[in-house]
Amino acid sequence: MATVRIVITLKPGVLDAQGQAVHQGLRALGYETVSGVRVGKCIEITVPDQTARDDIDAMCERFLANPLIEEWRIERDQDRDGTGRSRVPVLPRSQGS
Amino acid sequence: MRFGIVIFPASNCDRDCVHVLRTVLGHDVEEVWHEAGSLDGVDAVVLPGGFAYGDYLRAGAVAARAPVMTAVRAFARAGGPVLGVCNGFQILLEAGLLPGAMLRNDVLRFRCTTVHVRVESTQTPFTRSLRDGQVLRMPIAHGEGNYFAPGAMLAAIEEAGQVVFRYCDAQGRVLPDANPNGSIRNVAGVCNPAGNVVGLMPHPERASEELLGSDDGRLLFESAVMWLETRKRSLVTPLRGSR
Repeated sequence: MATVRIVITLKPGVLDAQGQAVHQGLRALGYETVSGVRVGKCIEITVPDQTARDDIDAMCERFLANPLIEEWRIERDQDRDGTGRSRVPVLPRSQGS
Repeated sequence: MRFGIVIFPASNCDRDCVHVLRTVLGHDVEEVWHEAGSLDGVDAVVLPGGFAYGDYLRAGAVAARAPVMTAVRAFARAGGPVLGVCNGFQILLEAGLLPGAMLRNDVLRFRCTTVHVRVESTQTPFTRSLRDGQVLRMPIAHGEGNYFAPGAMLAAIEEAGQVVFRYCDAQGRVLPDANPNGSIRNVAGVCNPAGNVVGLMPHPERASEELLGSDDGRLLFESAVMWLETRKRSLVTPLRGSR
């Protein structure tokens, strides 16, 4: 079995109110150099190794994404060792500030 | 008349719809569960507001694939009147029964307020007995009511007269300030090409009694009833008493 990661974002030009709000939040923390934020969603599906790209695209087109406003990117998981994962240990917010 | 109110897990305006149609307007109401396979015996269908299936994935996305939607689709194809209110509108969009999509409100807030909408088309069962340009006052309560359609689709919708309601001020002027959520061209409601499927973000069922501040909403339901009566008369006049 393979884990396939589907990253869904709003198409360029489609208003991303959530991204704007997050952008404001980053600015409020002093990250002034961030010039844009787009927020999307990530869906991981577990499928047989030989699952065709077309099948996954069909899942996105028919249900996982709304093709009128969203686009998607498909990534096969080569990240089982976890090296690509968050480098910052999870801490309660209060310890970070 | 017999109205079918479709109830999904986490619908939360279904009781209001039942109350208005049954108690205020005196019609038969059938509560239709989301797993139902049939809408037999129903004259009109209402998809109420709420957060069906928790609005997981996208508002209305999971509900649009619920078993009952096969029956709603068939009902709509046969010309039956279907009204989607708020989340019900989002479900109809996700089901492809209406054109367009919903984005989050541009104001970054959930909007819970009273708005005015202008009737832009009377070519639907729910607006047939209203006047073009008539201004209605109804409440809204949503976080994702920012109607969007890509350029060519929007042009086609406008051209075909499928915009049914636009947000406006009390005088009926369609102005940016009257737009509560950023909807493209102030669109508050649209219909399918045939006109029998209508979706809108404002809640007519919350504005159907004077006591609640406005009873403009009941005009939509009454219009549908008149439309159905007219259709029934023209269809079954010779078959007196049959249904």
